Amino acid sequence: MIPRKIRVQSENFDAAAESAALTEGRRDIGAIASFIGLCRDEAGTLEALELEYYPGMAEEEIARIADEAERRWPLLGVTVIHRHGRIRPGEQIVLVLCASAHRAAAFSAAEFLMDFLKSRAPFWKKEHRADGTQGEWVAAKDADEAALERWSRDA
Amino acid sequence: MRLVYFASLRERIGKSEEELDLPDSLRTIGELIDWLAARDEFYAAAFAKGIARAAINKKHVKPEALIAGAREIAFFPPMTGG
Repeated sequence: MIPRKIRVQSENFDAAAESAALTEGRRDIGAIASFIGLCRDEAGTLEALELEYYPGMAEEEIARIADEAERRWPLLGVTVIHRHGRIRPGEQIVLVLCASAHRAAAFSAAEFLMDFLKSRAPFWKKEHRADGTQGEWVAAKDADEAALERWSRDA
Repeated sequence: MRLVYFASLRERIGKSEEELDLPDSLRTIGELIDWLAARDEFYAAAFAKGIARAAINKKHVKPEALIAGAREIAFFPPMTGG
């Protein structure tokens, strides 16, 4: 079993502190790939995103995705933190850290985890508009589903 | 059976969870969806266009999955995490 940390939380996270925790006392880790997803406002109309999730299943599903990543690549540590609740543009939503001896596995595993988090982890985003009007649920993108195809070909 | 709903489905149905006695004739998730959609216009709207995804006991399942033995069945739209 490699060190693994999976959290679903409303609080913000500190990527540097999480990275330090992953490497503390280790001499074998040669690479950490880090991905941070942020709340963005492309049109200048977004007050915040409300992230709803399925308690219990979200953590379990992220663990299943991490299991698969560990089967595919020689990882030495995995951290996934996904926030829920109200998140404003510029704030952090998700952190993925993948540690390995070499960069290729760390990069690939981080990308794999994010691709599957997008379409398989039970989270849903609702917009709150800056003008106070009721926003829409963010629609799933075909491109996100298509991104998974690549990994099934690679398998 | 304990049913839970999320996001747009939760809003259309107007509740996040409920306990329902399901007819023994219902065998699959797909049959359960059809049965729920026939209850009233709100359920019908929630399950319209076949967008609903399902989970049994917190694992993703396909419409042909059998519901026998399920403790909790969840319905939700396509996910938008990350």
